[in-house]
Amino acid sequence: MKHISEYRDGKLSAPIVESMRRRLDGRRVTFMEVCGTHTMSIYRYGLKWMLPENVNLLSGPGCPVCVTGNEYIDRAVALARRDDVILTTFGDMMRVPGSSSSLERERAAGHDVRVVYSTLEALDLARENADKEVVFLGVGFETTVPTIAASILAAKAEGLKNFTVASANKTVPEALSAIATGELRLNGFLGPAHVSTIIGAEPYEFLPREHGLGVVIAGFEPLDVLHSIDMLCAQVAEERPAVELQYARIAKADGNPKAREITSRVFEPCDANWRGIGVIGGSGLALREDFADFDADRKFTDLDIEPLREHAGCICGDILQGLAQPEDCKLFGGACTPESPVGACMVSSEGTCAAHFKYGSSGGHRGD
Amino acid sequence: MCLGIPMKLVRVEEGDRGLVEVDGMQKTISLALLEERPEGAYVLVHAGYALQLVDEEEAEKTLQLLREFAELKEKMGPEDPA
Repeated sequence: MKHISEYRDGKLSAPIVESMRRRLDGRRVTFMEVCGTHTMSIYRYGLKWMLPENVNLLSGPGCPVCVTGNEYIDRAVALARRDDVILTTFGDMMRVPGSSSSLERERAAGHDVRVVYSTLEALDLARENADKEVVFLGVGFETTVPTIAASILAAKAEGLKNFTVASANKTVPEALSAIATGELRLNGFLGPAHVSTIIGAEPYEFLPREHGLGVVIAGFEPLDVLHSIDMLCAQVAEERPAVELQYARIAKADGNPKAREITSRVFEPCDANWRGIGVIGGSGLALREDFADFDADRKFTDLDIEPLREHAGCICGDILQGLAQPEDCKLFGGACTPESPVGACMVSSEGTCAAHFKYGSSGGHRGD
Repeated sequence: MCLGIPMKLVRVEEGDRGLVEVDGMQKTISLALLEERPEGAYVLVHAGYALQLVDEEEAEKTLQLLREFAELKEKMGPEDPA
């Protein structure tokens, strides 16, 4: 596949790792990979076990499904139980446990829950089922939000009356600010590839300026990740924290202004609850008043939502902040497995616990 | 979640739609988020929408940087065998 396979050439990995060793000269560093797609790449290609022993990687909060709280899942479950609703969602949300149920269980119980690949499919369902309410679960970061905003604009232009979005959309820089001011001692961030494709480099500039932390916006392929870690090592060695673009072939310095304009036409910032981290001011995206008719939260106000219950013993919250590793959790691999997950980090294909379970903690690539 | 695949934009169609191709497979996506839509270019596709054009020049620069790591290793010799 062009623009992918070139960045998987195994022969080049060893020299990049050697470059990191030379640059650091024994110095210990800890970087956080913000994005769940990076976490997957790091485990899948065994990069974690390839790095010099003085380079430590921590997984961050960059998996939208993982940081979505139980209260949102419970609302989605309540929506799914309505006979007049067709609930549409990306596949990752299906198995996330809420207080007592999940969308997968609701579908098994006969409720109409459908996995879609794109908001375009959800719009088609609304067109084909005029007698039903089609609700789309908007759970994404800046990458996905423009596609959701575009669907709402299309619905409004067409006059679709039966399409709404339940927004748990979130923005990444605010979460990085919370981490940078927290107790974790980091030397820099691997910046998200496709979030940055939309937002560009500027929203991260406060990290070097205010916190002395570098950010390298990194592609998702294994050589992209190694190259970006080497760039972070160079920043540390030369004591020049900065925002740099490794993924320049797709993420431009000014991102995608048109996509941002479409997002901000439909959504406005709001406070949002991040699982385990808590409420982060201005880190969420709610539908603007002009689009109230397309807001599932405003349309369905009489939902029968079960009482909120958190999962005892689950430490997803600490794992999402890089404060704990999956093996620190009593439930990991026993009560909590990909087949029977307790926490969101084990459910999502990009969750740290799922990656750790699948690829092991020390042996590297076990295939997939 | 934020996965995206570079695909070749074969044809721009009506209504902000575009036909893309990857590994011989074709599908229709939305171009609503793209300012420029040159046929024949690669676009990053995420959740049925093109998010950005792939910059061939920048791609070549990055690949060149990656190749230089191997050349550097040859020059410096097997000081630190991996």
